[in-house]
Amino acid sequence: MADITVDARNLQCPMPVLKMAKAMKDAAAGQTVELIATDRGALSDIPAWVNDMGHSLKEQFEEDSELHFVLEKA
Amino acid sequence: MTTETSDQAELASAIEEALESDEKKPEKMVLIAASGDLDKAWPVMILATTGAAYGMDVTVFFTFWGLGILKKPDAGLTGEDWRQKMLSAFAKGSPEKLGLSKLNFAGMGPSMMKGLADKYNVAPVQELMEVAQDMGVKLWPCQMTMDLMGITRDDMIDGLDEPAGAGSAISLMKEASISLFI
Repeated sequence: MADITVDARNLQCPMPVLKMAKAMKDAAAGQTVELIATDRGALSDIPAWVNDMGHSLKEQFEEDSELHFVLEKA
Repeated sequence: MTTETSDQAELASAIEEALESDEKKPEKMVLIAASGDLDKAWPVMILATTGAAYGMDVTVFFTFWGLGILKKPDAGLTGEDWRQKMLSAFAKGSPEKLGLSKLNFAGMGPSMMKGLADKYNVAPVQELMEVAQDMGVKLWPCQMTMDLMGITRDDMIDGLDEPAGAGSAISLMKEASISLFI
């Protein structure tokens, strides 16, 4: 279970990335944040953002058409 | 010899400091919003907010019809000159009243587009403007086009940066890693 959960279901681009960025900004280093999204664009957008920002993507899976990304703040 | 060593140590720490401050300096992104079309204002605000989410220092420079995006919904007729008033009557401005560059059909196009955005949960321009301001995106109105079109600070939303000109935009773009004219 991640330290923080961000619900971005039913939100379209760019909101999942914006919500993720806000949560990661508020999180402490080493904390994990789980983003749940339904926007298929998040499949490429979230990993691209994580990579650029230097955080790490610990886990990624799909469940009932919902995309889950577990990130760890650097 | 001792002096030399301490000089070297001083130089090394100065370099280290300079490198550190360089690393912390966020990258810059500049968007020139020159269009008052809904289908241009939308990508401007999407890119501005996403740039801020990437930790970038984002500035949006609004000029010509792009100024309409910053107008208050109740700005009404603006300017003193009858030509300015006429321009403002045809281009009312505020994100809610922007038209489409294609298939506008006297406002039917934008209303269909907004209905679709609502159905598919796409954040409207108005909401993205608020998010952008919360994220520290700088919104710069262009002074010259404000004067030309008879738009004053009172006609525009609150929280904008000081009106600026082409020189400020160029100075910023020279340092920016992303500069776009939309």
